Amino acid sequence: MASVIEHISDETNRENVYKTKELNLWYGENHALKNINLDINENEVTAIIGPSGCGKSTYIKTLNRMIELIPGVKTSGEISYRGRNILDRSYKVEDLRTKVGMVFQKPNPFPKSIYENVVYGPKIHGIRDKKILDEIVEKSLKGAAIWDEVKDRLNQNAYGLSGGQQQRLCIARCLAIEPDVILMDEPTSALDPISTLKVEELVQELKQNFSIIIVTHNMQQAARISDKTAFFLSGEVIEFNLTNKIFSTPSDKRTEDYITGRFG
Amino acid sequence: MKLIDHTKVVGHMNQRLVKNQVYKVIFFIATMFGLLILGILLYRILTQGAHYLNLDFLQNLPSRRPERAGIKTALIGTIWLVGVTAPLSLLLGVGTALYLEEYAKKNRFTDFIQVNISNLAGVPSIVFGLLGLTLFVRALGLGTSVLAAGLTMSLLILPVIIVASQEAIRSVPKNLREASFGMGATKWQTIVRVVLPAAIPGILTGGILALSRAIGETAPLVVLGLPLFIAFLPKTVFDTFTVLPMQIYNWTSRPQEEFHALAAAGIIVLLIMLIIMNSIAVLIRNKYQKRY
Amino acid sequence: MVSEKGSFSIQKLIEEKKKNKSAHTIIEKLVPFILLFTAVLSVLTTLGIVFTLIFETFTFFSKVSFIEFITEKKWYPFSETKGTYGILPLVSGTLRVTLIAIIVAVPIGLASAVFLSEYASERTRRIIKPILEVLAGIPTIVYGFFALTFVTPILRQFIPTLEIFNALSPGIVIGIMITPMIASLSEDAMTSVPNSMREGALALGSTKFEVSMKVVLPAAISGIVSSIVLAISRAIGETMIVAVAGGSTPTWGWDVTSSIQTMTAYIVQVSTGDAGYGTTIYYSIYAVGMTLFVFTLLMNLLAQYISKRFREEY
Repeated sequence: MASVIEHISDETNRENVYKTKELNLWYGENHALKNINLDINENEVTAIIGPSGCGKSTYIKTLNRMIELIPGVKTSGEISYRGRNILDRSYKVEDLRTKVGMVFQKPNPFPKSIYENVVYGPKIHGIRDKKILDEIVEKSLKGAAIWDEVKDRLNQNAYGLSGGQQQRLCIARCLAIEPDVILMDEPTSALDPISTLKVEELVQELKQNFSIIIVTHNMQQAARISDKTAFFLSGEVIEFNLTNKIFSTPSDKRTEDYITGRFG
Repeated sequence: MKLIDHTKVVGHMNQRLVKNQVYKVIFFIATMFGLLILGILLYRILTQGAHYLNLDFLQNLPSRRPERAGIKTALIGTIWLVGVTAPLSLLLGVGTALYLEEYAKKNRFTDFIQVNISNLAGVPSIVFGLLGLTLFVRALGLGTSVLAAGLTMSLLILPVIIVASQEAIRSVPKNLREASFGMGATKWQTIVRVVLPAAIPGILTGGILALSRAIGETAPLVVLGLPLFIAFLPKTVFDTFTVLPMQIYNWTSRPQEEFHALAAAGIIVLLIMLIIMNSIAVLIRNKYQKRY
Repeated sequence: MVSEKGSFSIQKLIEEKKKNKSAHTIIEKLVPFILLFTAVLSVLTTLGIVFTLIFETFTFFSKVSFIEFITEKKWYPFSETKGTYGILPLVSGTLRVTLIAIIVAVPIGLASAVFLSEYASERTRRIIKPILEVLAGIPTIVYGFFALTFVTPILRQFIPTLEIFNALSPGIVIGIMITPMIASLSEDAMTSVPNSMREGALALGSTKFEVSMKVVLPAAISGIVSSIVLAISRAIGETMIVAVAGGSTPTWGWDVTSSIQTMTAYIVQVSTGDAGYGTTIYYSIYAVGMTLFVFTLLMNLLAQYISKRFREEY
């Protein structure tokens, strides 16, 4: 199937953070990603949508090579991040993941205090100066719009927070190493509507400083918060365009079917 | 013609219901049997041994005269044994569990190690004694020392600790590891900072239970040739010593009633130690249960 | 690129710290090998046991004929002239004790398992299971003491011909010791039978007893049988109870009222005696240990085979 990827008129002239060329991925025999070509700009929100099993989660996990945690995964092609191919064996995943943060489907704070959660990243990278760590905690929690709710109980266990707060704490934990890119894998799928709204607002603010790639099964969410949208189907990119273009005048019939709710 | 005669079904019904009730009672009695035995056992031992149980009993050296005999050397010997066995077996057990759960690829070698561990768990303790006798007491020339006994006991409880640690490590949710990897942590950093802290209650619970087994073991130490009677304390791990179960065995195998009472008193002390350890294990388990 | 935010850049700090990271890289490479080494140690333990037993057993068979060992019905190692080493009396002692233990433990263990899994409320189960665990955790020397000083005297009131050392008393007490094991493992097997199967039978008007016997037990049979086999293995390897209460008279036959000797008790007898290193008696404990090891290993493998081969897929 030929994918329809139009040239996207891009008057902002932003730099690419990711360039994906001819990416293929297999889980054993299962060909999960087929010939993906996708360029992602910095300081934008790029949404990836598609029905379950279309490969959208697989793709985003390939961007920080978390996919390697699954045994039997094979890849071909190239993903360059800031000009270097990350699928190259010599690219150390630890370096990559220090620059590319990730927020997961279900909030996954560590069973430690709120403070310890946030400083986890800086500490593993060798930052131990208490004054700097304190500053990082405040800045990150503020950045994740949760500072006011937790500033008085930084030493309490993160498991005492509500689901929505936990997810914002996870975002703060991610911000604490000041990543360049933040990958979000259906970050609101386990949250209630109000918490979802808070996270969506947060995403809008974060894009000032970060490039954000978000996988979502919620089309309205993609329409609300993203600048560009890629539509995945059975492991292929069917269409990639400015979000308002995708949702108003999709050029592929299958995209139209999906966003109008005919399947998925 | 009807295939089922309903009057017969109804007639049969009463009999079935009675049977149901009778068996319920039988099953209940069987379950209570274990409790009853436990009660009798504890009552017997308490009434037999309480008479000898006092501070002198704990502080005296063993003696041929029952009224002056004590368990000082055996009690302190048991503590020495735990001192050697606990760190050794935990280190080896947790190391093995980490390897199997975090590093090992799923292949035949890994399966082999796993099967081997479960078979090792089924080897009678006395056979571990034969291994210890050949390897530690004779080949390495350690004699009947604390170290030889500690090494033997460590190997004996190793399978239990490995399995308990594996379960504890496996129960740490995958998404915590992902969170750590996602921030650029290495595997070892993730293990040390996320996996182990979350798994430690489970590891400790399993470890304490395994150690309480080591404290009560007699057979392998008999085979190692530990003295049944000793009047001095070990100063280093290379000194010979004896433990509480050996002392109890010694007293039990004498024909005189007085020594049986001494054995009962020794058993009370042993059981108190075990109860304390088990309570700690249960406390840890309850405190940290269901956190995810 | 990453823009400067606030007073410092964390990424820059991380870059700086990375320079002294070579130690970390070495640890990261080394750790898997250290852990692999500990894992291999458990394999080495097994090999150690097997080689020790084989090696010393071979020495034994250079002094005593193998045929005599497995066919002779006399075990007189301490004879003044030349000892006779026929393992059969020791095996017969072990089997008598094990059989009694199984006769005690299987009905009680299974009945408890059915009660806990099918009849007991969650609360009752939460109280009784830990007590059974306590019963399983009592040191065997304590059980031995109990057998000798309590069970034997009581039995002697009913069976006047019972000797002080006998097979019956330690057999019963070993049965008590392995009952929790059968109860707990069988209960696990029964609880894992899905409720839908019970509901199907109950909806046809079955009583609870009928459901337990005709639906749950057959469905859980592989787990139950393997728990019994494991319990047999434990009973065969049990040492202190028989050493204390069973006696030290190797006899061939089915008599359970007089003094016997099991394989394990013989090893204890030699270990506490003064048989010197290098004597035939010394090596004989390895031959007996080897026999014991083979018996228990076969039982364990059988239990694993049963639970794997006949595992019910729900």
